Amino acid sequence: MKHIITALVENKPGVLARIVGLVSGRGYNIETLNVGPTQDPDTSKMTLVVPGDEQVLEQVLHQVSKLVDVIEVVDVTRRRHLNRELILVEVATTRHSRAQVLELATLFKARVAAVGEKSITLEMVGDRSSVEDFLRLLKPYEITDISRSGLIAVARGETA
Amino acid sequence: MNARNQKKPSRRTPARPTAKPAVAAPAANLRSGAQCVVDGLVENGAEVVFGYPGGMILDVFNLIGAAPIHFILPRHEQGAVHAADGYARASGKVGVCLVTSGPGATNTVTGLATANMDGIPLVCISGQVPLHMIGNDAFQEADILGITRPITKHNFLVRSADDIPLVMAEAFYIASTGKPGPVVVDIPKDVQRQMTAARRPEAISIRSYNPDVRTDLAQVAKLAEAINKAQRPVLYAGGGVISGNAAPELLELARRADIPVTTTLMGLGAFPETDPLALRMVGMHGSFAANNAVQQCDLLISVGARFDDRVTGRKADFATHATVAHIDIDRSAIGKNIRTHLPVLGYAKPVLQALLPQVKARKHPAWHARIAAWKKEHPAFTYPTSDKALMPQYVIEQIDKVSKGEATIVTDVGQHQMWSAHFFRYTRPRSFLSSGGLGTMGFGLPAAIGAQLACPDRLVVAIVGDGGIQMNAQELVVAVEHHLPVKVVIINNGYLGMVRQWQEIFYQRNYAAVVLGRNERMPVERIATQRKPEYLPDFMKLAEAHGARGTRVTRSAEVAPALREAFASPQPWVIECIVEHGANVLPMVPPGASLSEMICKFA
Ligand SMILES: Cc1ncc(C[n+]2csc(CCOP(=O)(O)OP(=O)(O)O)c2C)c(N)n1
Repeated sequence: MKHIITALVENKPGVLARIVGLVSGRGYNIETLNVGPTQDPDTSKMTLVVPGDEQVLEQVLHQVSKLVDVIEVVDVTRRRHLNRELILVEVATTRHSRAQVLELATLFKARVAAVGEKSITLEMVGDRSSVEDFLRLLKPYEITDISRSGLIAVARGETA
Repeated sequence: MNARNQKKPSRRTPARPTAKPAVAAPAANLRSGAQCVVDGLVENGAEVVFGYPGGMILDVFNLIGAAPIHFILPRHEQGAVHAADGYARASGKVGVCLVTSGPGATNTVTGLATANMDGIPLVCISGQVPLHMIGNDAFQEADILGITRPITKHNFLVRSADDIPLVMAEAFYIASTGKPGPVVVDIPKDVQRQMTAARRPEAISIRSYNPDVRTDLAQVAKLAEAINKAQRPVLYAGGGVISGNAAPELLELARRADIPVTTTLMGLGAFPETDPLALRMVGMHGSFAANNAVQQCDLLISVGARFDDRVTGRKADFATHATVAHIDIDRSAIGKNIRTHLPVLGYAKPVLQALLPQVKARKHPAWHARIAAWKKEHPAFTYPTSDKALMPQYVIEQIDKVSKGEATIVTDVGQHQMWSAHFFRYTRPRSFLSSGGLGTMGFGLPAAIGAQLACPDRLVVAIVGDGGIQMNAQELVVAVEHHLPVKVVIINNGYLGMVRQWQEIFYQRNYAAVVLGRNERMPVERIATQRKPEYLPDFMKLAEAHGARGTRVTRSAEVAPALREAFASPQPWVIECIVEHGANVLPMVPPGASLSEMICKFA
């Protein structure tokens, strides 16, 4: 099971290193990581996607929340929440495949960000499952480059 | 336990401490960053400072002479940190060290990791190259923040002198509250020289750090109910009872509900081992009764211990019949190693205080009869006697006897450490100081010096191996120059004994790189077999060279008189005991085995 964890932290140098070092130093993998400022210039919000069972997750939450610069840690996976990821994906295209790729893009509301002679670059925003679906369906075509922003998430009110 | 939403309660703290001076002060009120450091030490209660100078911390050292503190110059920065650590363990106060950048700072690493593992409050101030040079591989630059991040409770790089008074206060606060730990404050040289009007804040509140954990009363009530129902309860006490000053409450609980008590290595002294309820130590080198009681109990109440792998043995087979209750201040420690049925978050003392009135006075005669049978089957602790060789265990027994159990014992790491745990019976908190979590050789002597500074009137005895003493022997000078009456008992078995024991049992007696004497060395060491001095090093000459007294003991009959003479003296004294080479620490649970599979005797 993959967990989406958000951490509200002090916006200070070294805090990112502290969290990443703690999680990776204990042998837990971070699948994606995103950091940005919040409405309060003194704090940053981090979103981590951590694969692992319940016990791994409990430890990550406990350990991260123990850090002095961490204000609040939430596992949003179990709550009502919104999550989004932005991906840029370059697909090699032939005269035949281009139309098919474009059709897929339309279905997933992906935008054409750039077009070349032999490739097309798509920009797609979606929640975790639609990004995964999109990438799965693109697989038969040749993906030549990809960049992902990492998941970001916000919790929405009470526990679902 | 619901860990999903860990909102720190401190978020309700409205005011964020301000790092800027509240009012613009007149120039006369300006202080240098270095002055703020020295004042910060004093304001935050530092009485003893262990420091070693160098270029990037000279501005602070320039002012240290005028401060109302006791300054100690160790002979190695590792010695400084262990000494500060020993001071903290013996006193419960924050230990303080002061070092320069680069090599000075990196020399503190082992000491910081040692303190971090055992939850010991330290503040370590390090000099750093000037701000504009950081990251340039400047002379004596080391990224000590990056290096110490995983081995400290917290660390700071101070970028402006305005921040120093606040950071100093926060460092002491963080080090000493919650689960204590070491804090590093790294201060660039130019910051030490800046002028500032900043003052110490009135009060400390850090919105992302709140150690004021409320005792979980609902869980306490459940625990009381479990205790009142249990047929075969066991209390399992760790270092948290000592750091939380909860030994009296533990004793009261044990007596009221008639619960036998075992302790971890770090918990020695949390419960009087002379008490009939004492099971003695648990774990890899625990007593037969303690390990069996843990395995057979129906309620295991852990107080301030963390189910370390040296305690539990094979986890799947640990205390399988028991409801496991875990009282701890560190939420992340609960359930980390062992499934916990009854977590109780809180400090040991208030939790036990809340628990006591709800616990019924009871007796468990059947349970105690079983325990008595285990105690009889393998008494804690015994050793094979010899009429020829001096047995190391005998030396420890004599230290207990001659000091009437009143000594503060500080150990190094190895066999002697376990024998010190077995053959001296601890009755007071803070009377057994040892590197439990990290197992740091070289800890014993400097930590004993720190402990003696914290407790000038106590008999402090460092019990060390002939291997470990050589890792920080230089610190003997400090004991001599400060007239600290530390006694150093060297258990000289001519081996890195604990490693030799493992090689004997698990590596077919292939004694690789553990022989400290001249015989039986490995061919790859290419040591010619010519005659060498009988003793290498000669610890008596080492004592003499450092200005300490020394006695070498080779026979059992000489032990007590030598100890008596040394213990009565106000001088530092090295007592070297030439002991049986091949003695082993028993009982032993092989690594990876269950606590029920103890080796009590070798074939
Ligand atoms: C700094 C460090 N290096 C290595 C070890 C591994 N180690 C554990 S016990 C031990 C042997 C200690 O020998 P000695 O000091 O003579 O004590 P003894 O076991 O003989 O009592 C060693 C090498 C350690 N614990 N610490």
